Amino acid sequence: MSFFSEVKTHSIDVFELFMRFHRDTHENKLNLAIGVAYRDDSGLPWTLPVVRTAEQTVAEDENLDNEYLPVLGLEEFTTAATRWLLGSDSIAVVEKRAFGVQSISGANALRLGAEFLSQVLGKTVFYYSNPTWRSHELLFKNGGMAEARQYRYWSEKTKNLDFDGLLEDLESAPRGSVVILHACAQNPTGCDPTEDQWRRIAGVMREKGLFPFFDTALQGFASGDLVRDAFAVRLFERMGFELFCAQSFSKNLGLYNERVGNLVVVLNDPKLVDPVKSQFTLIVRGMYSNPPSHGARIASYILNNTNLYDKWQDNVLTMFTRMKEMRGSLRGALEQLGAPGDWSLITRQVGMACDTGLTESQCEVLIERHHIYVLKSGRFNICAVTSANVDLIAKAIYDVFTS
Amino acid sequence: MSWFCDVELGPPIEVFALTKQCTEDTFEQKVNLGVGAYRTNEGKPWVLPVVRAAEKALANDETLNKEYLPVLGIDAFSSAATRMLLGEESPALVENRAFGVQTLSGTGALRVGAEFLARNLGKTVFYYSSPTWENHKLVFKNGGFLEGREYRYWSEKTRGLDIDGFLEDLRNAPEGAVIILHACAHNPTGCDPTEEQWRQIAEVVKERKLFPFFDSAYQGFASGDLIKDAATVRYFVQQGFELFCAQSFAKNFGLYNERVGNLTVVLNNAELVAPVKSQITLVIRGMYSNPPSHGARIVSYVLSNPDLYNQWRDNIRTMSSRIIEMRKKLREALEVLGTPGDWTHITNQIGMFSYTGLNEIQSLHMVKKHHVYMLRSGRISMCGLTPSNVDYVAKAIYETLTTLS
Repeated sequence: MSFFSEVKTHSIDVFELFMRFHRDTHENKLNLAIGVAYRDDSGLPWTLPVVRTAEQTVAEDENLDNEYLPVLGLEEFTTAATRWLLGSDSIAVVEKRAFGVQSISGANALRLGAEFLSQVLGKTVFYYSNPTWRSHELLFKNGGMAEARQYRYWSEKTKNLDFDGLLEDLESAPRGSVVILHACAQNPTGCDPTEDQWRRIAGVMREKGLFPFFDTALQGFASGDLVRDAFAVRLFERMGFELFCAQSFSKNLGLYNERVGNLVVVLNDPKLVDPVKSQFTLIVRGMYSNPPSHGARIASYILNNTNLYDKWQDNVLTMFTRMKEMRGSLRGALEQLGAPGDWSLITRQVGMACDTGLTESQCEVLIERHHIYVLKSGRFNICAVTSANVDLIAKAIYDVFTS
Repeated sequence: MSWFCDVELGPPIEVFALTKQCTEDTFEQKVNLGVGAYRTNEGKPWVLPVVRAAEKALANDETLNKEYLPVLGIDAFSSAATRMLLGEESPALVENRAFGVQTLSGTGALRVGAEFLARNLGKTVFYYSSPTWENHKLVFKNGGFLEGREYRYWSEKTRGLDIDGFLEDLRNAPEGAVIILHACAHNPTGCDPTEEQWRQIAEVVKERKLFPFFDSAYQGFASGDLIKDAATVRYFVQQGFELFCAQSFAKNFGLYNERVGNLTVVLNNAELVAPVKSQITLVIRGMYSNPPSHGARIVSYVLSNPDLYNQWRDNIRTMSSRIIEMRKKLREALEVLGTPGDWTHITNQIGMFSYTGLNEIQSLHMVKKHHVYMLRSGRISMCGLTPSNVDYVAKAIYETLTTLS
């Protein structure tokens, strides 16, 4: 007899896809569903040069010890990250009503925020875009938010933002609902609202009393400019919203496995900072006591050092440029082959998300016949495309489309 | 108007508030006996030499990248950690029905374990010792347990274990309740059951079909011997129990802030490993996606390198010996002064902490008058004692007990 005999196996489709790829013995197999991670033109992970520099400095600093960080994290990191997101001229920063809580990357920032909103503020309803990152619902549900609703986002028909649908859904949301917004480079559509559309979204949310919870996982990957990609968050803050923003430094600093994140909290009264911090302290304490130091030290080092910050911006531009080039190459190759349809979506999308336009059964053919692995949604990560494989991929997509 | 205007100021966490107070105190002879973090004889934090060596090696290893770890962590790390706890020849390992999950230190292991037990096994009741580490309750409550109950543990009167109360409370526990047990070096009392007492405890746990959840934060650190400090957990495994054990590498590796932990899971059927792993995977994905690499890589590097492993065992012996030495010195100093009471418990207890027996008023007096920072419960951390402050502390305790009896 076991306590565990009724436990069912939960299968994760991405993992299963990966296992299938792993077992595939075909010589030229290619996995394009590599998750949200950057690859260089050789198809390899890339540790940012600025990160290696920072890491070596940190390793050689004999003054550093391993004493527990404060529960809310390394202050020089959270202060810098918060100020960097909102801008040092941000009113919230100046008025000392914005602060950061160091988190185990963006996912955990979302969880901490959700747990606060449900346990401390008693919120129950949250909205996420259709589609959205697969973990949003799980993080919020496990954080205690009882009711998940979707707002329209992607239109299959127009291959673009369903803006009217989005506004309509927000307009009918109950007052106090939490709305998860992708600050930029929406995952998985790669399609962002324009600046004007953001203004309108903000207007509706203000009128309806909705609470914005931004997810900024890809800051720097939408435009190549780290600061420009903060537009939406800064717009809401300037308009006087209270908001949460889950920052991740996984992709833009390439620190994936060091779990560097920051939950930015913007309140509209500085007197509320202490009570709110104290409640977050309890939430963190009851989850993992205090956060890991290594990645936050590296990020802090870079954020607080002008020289290194500039190098960082360069490294991000390198990644952005390569991704942009691959989009161009892939689109070009497909158009040259005469693949039917409009391929402009590939170069219109921002961030890592890329659409093949293939249906689920066509994706299966792509896997079976060409050993090229994409998600059954037809989406894949543009970073998996290199100058060496772009033609192969284009030909395979063309073949599946036309056969 | 703000969404947050009704948010109440939460209670401060005593041990951190204490450290803050101590840091801000300008009194020259102040002593911090609050937080359980190792200090050298000079009162300084100690980054283990093996850790520095591992860190430098890792920083220079160009083959390492920052790719996401698997959700359940670095396999080499969690296998080594589980092996270190259960012993290579453990029947559970030989039969492939035990595994480890990398977690955010011991707290993270407790939380992930608790959340799994509540969500997937529908468990609602947990038991914790009276007293216990102050965070146990919060972790299990936030993990989804509905009801926390105490089992008697510390006897004020005997300054030792209330084994009869302990066993009685377990006998009255509902079937299937989860019971938090300290693998060794009980926090905060430093008082552990004897081998024979553990046998009795195991019998009742078996009888009442309770689920043991061990907290092992001090393996190696308590006695200096990794095997000795794991004896209780190993005994339970040998007795055929399914169990969880939250392992922390904060103290024994001095890696406090890198959050290195492992949740060891022992099942009684190898076929259950896959489903259980898949559900724990979901719990973690819904909490922080996947764990941080740095600290776990360091531990893994050391555990898998025979040379460094031996150096590490030396480092552990250094730390535990210093603590044992400080216990001796404190007891001696107290006895020499003729301090009222029996102080044998100071050297009978094991690990970082000691329940001095001082009550709340006396403990506050220690802080206020003598600038010796300790918890209201009477708990002191031995790590804060050094050859240069132990006499001062003893005198402070003497003054306190003779003035405020």
